Amino acid sequence: MLSKRIIPCLDVREGRTTKGIKFKDNIDIGDPVEMAKIYYEAGADELVFYDITASHEKRNIMIDVVRKVAETIFIPFSVGGGIRTVEDMRDVLLAGAEKISVNSAAVKKPEIISEGASAFGTQCIVLGMDVKHVGKKEKIPSGYEIVINGGRTHMGIDALQWAVDAQKLGAGEICLNSIDADGTQDGYELNLTAMISENVDIPVIASGGAGKPEHLYDVLTKGKADAALIASMVHYGYYTMSAIKSYLDERKVKVRTTW
Amino acid sequence: MIAIIDYKAGNLTSVARALSHIGYECVVTSDPEKIEKSERIVFPGVGAAGSAMNSLKEMKIDKIILNAFSQGKPILGICLGTQVIMGYSEENDTDCVGIIPGEVKAFPERMESEDNRFLKIPHMGWNSIDIKTKHPVLTGLNRTDEFYFVHGYYPKPQNNDNIFASTEYGITFASVMGMKNLIATQFHPEKSGRPGLTILKNFCEWKPC
Repeated sequence: MLSKRIIPCLDVREGRTTKGIKFKDNIDIGDPVEMAKIYYEAGADELVFYDITASHEKRNIMIDVVRKVAETIFIPFSVGGGIRTVEDMRDVLLAGAEKISVNSAAVKKPEIISEGASAFGTQCIVLGMDVKHVGKKEKIPSGYEIVINGGRTHMGIDALQWAVDAQKLGAGEICLNSIDADGTQDGYELNLTAMISENVDIPVIASGGAGKPEHLYDVLTKGKADAALIASMVHYGYYTMSAIKSYLDERKVKVRTTW
Repeated sequence: MIAIIDYKAGNLTSVARALSHIGYECVVTSDPEKIEKSERIVFPGVGAAGSAMNSLKEMKIDKIILNAFSQGKPILGICLGTQVIMGYSEENDTDCVGIIPGEVKAFPERMESEDNRFLKIPHMGWNSIDIKTKHPVLTGLNRTDEFYFVHGYYPKPQNNDNIFASTEYGITFASVMGMKNLIATQFHPEKSGRPGLTILKNFCEWKPC
């Protein structure tokens, strides 16, 4: 049986890792390659890098990071942030990433998903979704809306509809981030995660709100997620990968226990 | 020198990086001369069987692989490389290289998991293998070790003797197969951390009799 994946997420700005709390007040943590190696050796099942570099000119720094990470760790990793074209995708994949994640670029131009899927295969294309609870409205029947720019811009798109559409376009996986839960460390948005997971056939990675191993347990069981993204709870040393995995393993959640 | 065969089926640098990391010289190539001179062959690949077989035939690499196999050269198939060495693939209705008799089949739709949900296809992520046949390439592993898979089709050899390890995902399928100087994994050893690198290292040291 397939294991549930535990995926540390590293935000990278101009070649250095940061961890954003609600996308503001980013604190510098360190070298992404060094951190990737630490998590690889600690039993991470996959890694996610988000390039939050503001300017397009500094994108090459990220490609260099991707190349060094690929030489250092031998598990899959994905890269997101600032990917707008099939060429951007190609650069990141050739540098050694397993998957690329598109978020706001796909909201603005959904064809990027189908173009990427036909060029590299659906297994390479992760749709990142930033979602905010807004209550049920005529245009937002699920009560959850797609937002971009770190939650500042509401797009008037229903999150559930977008997930279903993106799967049809060729997304191979969804990384579902709740803007409401992100950075709180109070737990994942379980309703949102279960709703999306039950309505698509592709894996769903839950993101936003992880603070304790119990939160991962909840989202991987009640939330029906296939994988859980974690950041602060491991970056700041509150928990180790082993402690999280033991907690889940003891509660009969199938996770990878040797590495 | 190890030749990693490039037949335009996906990005092969990850295999090269993994081999370099564990200290083996390798070259990513489609040059028949270089492949013939190599000591061993890694035959990777991601993508669809149809286009992979087309480019294999176009580049005449199917013949080179068959030759290398009959000469007794150690060959490691990975993922799609593992599937196209079978006789036939349901994917794009494709006749394949045909070293291991059998076929490649699509996972059945609507397979149910233990919690009564439908299993997602492709089978993507970490899963364990149940080793059936002792083999030098499969030594040094823990029983609980898991490997990274990404595939919507699975190999089904005609003879059980060719199944070295199997994996459960709705059904039980052959996750490692072999025949003489050939061993082939459905998973990606180059993306499977320490146990994957162990398999690659074992392969690089393997002397088939």
